[in-house]
Amino acid sequence: MLPTDQVTSAAGLAQTLASTGYLCDDALATIGFLALRLHRPLLLEGEPGTGKTALAEALALGLGIPLVRLQCYEGIDASQALYDWDFPRQILHLRAVESTARRGGQGSDVDLGQVEADLFTTRFLLARPVLRALQESPCVLLVDEVDRADDEFEAFLLEVLSTYQVSIPELGTVRAEQPPIVVLTSNRTREVHDALKRRCLYHWIEHPGLERELAIVRSRAPEVSEALGEQVVRLTQLLRTTTDLIKPPGVAETLDWARALHQLGTEVVDVETAARTLGVAVKYREDADRVRMMLDRILSR
Amino acid sequence: MTTLAPDGILLGFARALRAAGLPVTADRESTYLLAVATVGMSDRAATYWAGRATLCSGPEDIERYDQVFTGWFGGEERGLTSVPPERTRPQVWLDSDEGAAGRPTEDPDDEVLKVAASAVEVLRHRDVTTLTAAEKQLLAATIDTLRPRAPLRRGTRRLPSRRGEVDPHRTLRAQLKHLGEPTDLAWRRRHTRPRRVVLLIDVSGSMSPYADVLLRVAHRYLRSGAPAEVFTVGTRLTRVTRALRQRDPDRALHDAGQAVPDWSGGTRLGETLGAFITRWGRRGVARGAVVVVCSDGWERGDASTLGEQMRHLAQLAHRVVWLNPHRGKAGYQPIQQGIVAALPYVDHFVAGHSLGAYLELLEVLARA
Repeated sequence: MLPTDQVTSAAGLAQTLASTGYLCDDALATIGFLALRLHRPLLLEGEPGTGKTALAEALALGLGIPLVRLQCYEGIDASQALYDWDFPRQILHLRAVESTARRGGQGSDVDLGQVEADLFTTRFLLARPVLRALQESPCVLLVDEVDRADDEFEAFLLEVLSTYQVSIPELGTVRAEQPPIVVLTSNRTREVHDALKRRCLYHWIEHPGLERELAIVRSRAPEVSEALGEQVVRLTQLLRTTTDLIKPPGVAETLDWARALHQLGTEVVDVETAARTLGVAVKYREDADRVRMMLDRILSR
Repeated sequence: MTTLAPDGILLGFARALRAAGLPVTADRESTYLLAVATVGMSDRAATYWAGRATLCSGPEDIERYDQVFTGWFGGEERGLTSVPPERTRPQVWLDSDEGAAGRPTEDPDDEVLKVAASAVEVLRHRDVTTLTAAEKQLLAATIDTLRPRAPLRRGTRRLPSRRGEVDPHRTLRAQLKHLGEPTDLAWRRRHTRPRRVVLLIDVSGSMSPYADVLLRVAHRYLRSGAPAEVFTVGTRLTRVTRALRQRDPDRALHDAGQAVPDWSGGTRLGETLGAFITRWGRRGVARGAVVVVCSDGWERGDASTLGEQMRHLAQLAHRVVWLNPHRGKAGYQPIQQGIVAALPYVDHFVAGHSLGAYLELLEVLARA
C-alpha cells in the first residue's frame, strides 16, 4: 500500500499533519488532499512566515516518506536540478584502469568498449534533487522559492512536472513509478509563468486566525505557559491587523517571541518586557518605533 | 437549470468564470471536474476550495471567483473570507476583438521614412505638449526606433575571457588533452548582466500631457528585452508591464490605458510609492534596480510621507532617477513641496519634456 493511499479524506490529511505538529485549516487540507489524489503539484503563495515550506516538511514526516528539497536561486540551471557527471571520478577511474593495464604487461588486454561504457553508468552519476525525487518516489519534492529562478528554469520544471520523467542521453529515461508529491512555494517577487500555474493547484496561505495560532503555539512551544502564549498571540494578531507595519510578524516570530519571554521567566507581558524583547518579533527600526509607541495603548486594554 | 447534470452545472460555472475574465482554459476545466469528483459535490466548502485551487492563478483572481461562486451556487457564506484587500493588483486582459484604437487610419509609416533627419532635429527640443498631430506621429515613430541600452551590474559567474584571472578549470582541462603537459593558460573574468529598471509613471491630471509619451518610451524600453517593470502611479498603483510587453506600441498603450483606473486623477504620490515599496519593491523588484520616478512632484497628500518613502526607495534601489517635465523649462525652480522632500534622495534629476530629454534619460539609464 502506498503511503498516499493511507489518506482517504481531507480531514484525514489534516489529522496526519496535526500529528507532526502542523495545524492547517479546512481549505489547505482539502487542497492538499486533492494534490495527493490528482497527482498535481501544489503551488503555495503567501506572506513569508505563513508555513509554506513547513507544509512540505510536515507532509513528508506525516506520510513517512523522504523529503527532497530544491532551493531555487537566480541562475539555477538543469545541471544543478537534475544530474551531473562526476568528472573527477571518471578521470580517476581511467587512471586506475590505465595503471592496472600497465602493471599487468602485454598479457592483460583491456576491453576498450567496456571501459568507455563503464564511464557512463549510475556509479558516476550525481543525482541532483529532481532526479533523486524521481528515483526515490514516493517522496515529497519541495521546490522552494520558485519565483527566484529564471524563466528558462521554469520551462524546464514544467516539462519534468508534466511527464514525471527525465531522459539522460547516455543512460536512458528515468521515470517515476509513482509521481512524487510536489510542493512549489513562491513569495511573489516575480510572477510565475501561467503555463506552470496551470499545471498546479494554487493556494494562497494566509496568517492563521487567533484560535489556530494559539493551537500552533501550544503544539510547537509546549514549554510556554498557556497564559503567556495567549497574551503573545493576541498581541501579534493585533500588530498584524491594526498597525501598518513594513513587515508584519509571521507565525515563526510569534513562536520566537513566546519562547524568548518564557526564557526570561516572564509570566505576564507588560509594556517594559514587551519593549525589551520586541526585536524578536519586529525586524525594522521604523516598525519597532511604531510598535513601541502603541504598546502602552494595546497592553493597557 | 435544475434539470442540468452535475457536470453541466460545474462547466457552466467555469464558463461564467471565464466570462468574468479569469484565465480558465479547457485543461483547467477538466482538472476542476476531476477535483470536484474527488472531494464530492455535496460538500459545499470542499467544492469551493477545489474550484479555487484549480481555476484561480493568483490572489487577484480570488475576489472575482468569490463573486461568481456566490452568483452561481447561491447562498451567502463563501468557504472562508478571501484575499487581503491590499493585494488586489491590476488586471490586464487582452481583448482580441478590439483593434488598436486611438490611431488615425492612414498609415504614417511611408511618410515617416521619407522625413529627413532635420525634422527630427527640430523636434528634439520642442515641448511634447506643443506639437501638432503630425508632429506627434513623427515623435511616436522616432521613439519606436530608439535603441535603449540597459544599465549593467556585475554577475556572479565568470566567463572565459582574454584578460582577467587565470581559469584553473579550463587550463587543467586543456592540459588533460595533452596528457597533462602544460599548455596555454586560460583566462576568465566576471561577466556583466543587465540591471533591472523600474519606471514609475505619474498619470495624474497635471502629468497627463506627458504620460502618453512616457508610456511609449517605457514600451520601447521594455521591448529592448532588458529586464524592466513599469507601474503607473496617481491615486493608485497599477502594474502595466504585461500590457506594455506587446510588440505593437499602439496596442500596448491602448491596453495599458485600459488597465489604469486613475487616469488624470489626483496625486497621492507618497502613499502610492509606499504601496509600491511594500507590495513590489521590497520583495525584490526595486532591490538593486534603477528606479525612475516620472512626476512633476505636485503632491496632494503630505509631503513628508513622500520624503520618507523616497528615503526608503533610495535605500532599496541602486540608483533613483527623478524625471520632471517642468525641469527643462526656463525659469524652473524645484520649489514644490513634493520635489523638495524627494530631492535629497535622488541621484539624477532629469528633464522630461522633449525628445532630447528622453534621449538624455536613456543615456542616464545606460550609465547608471
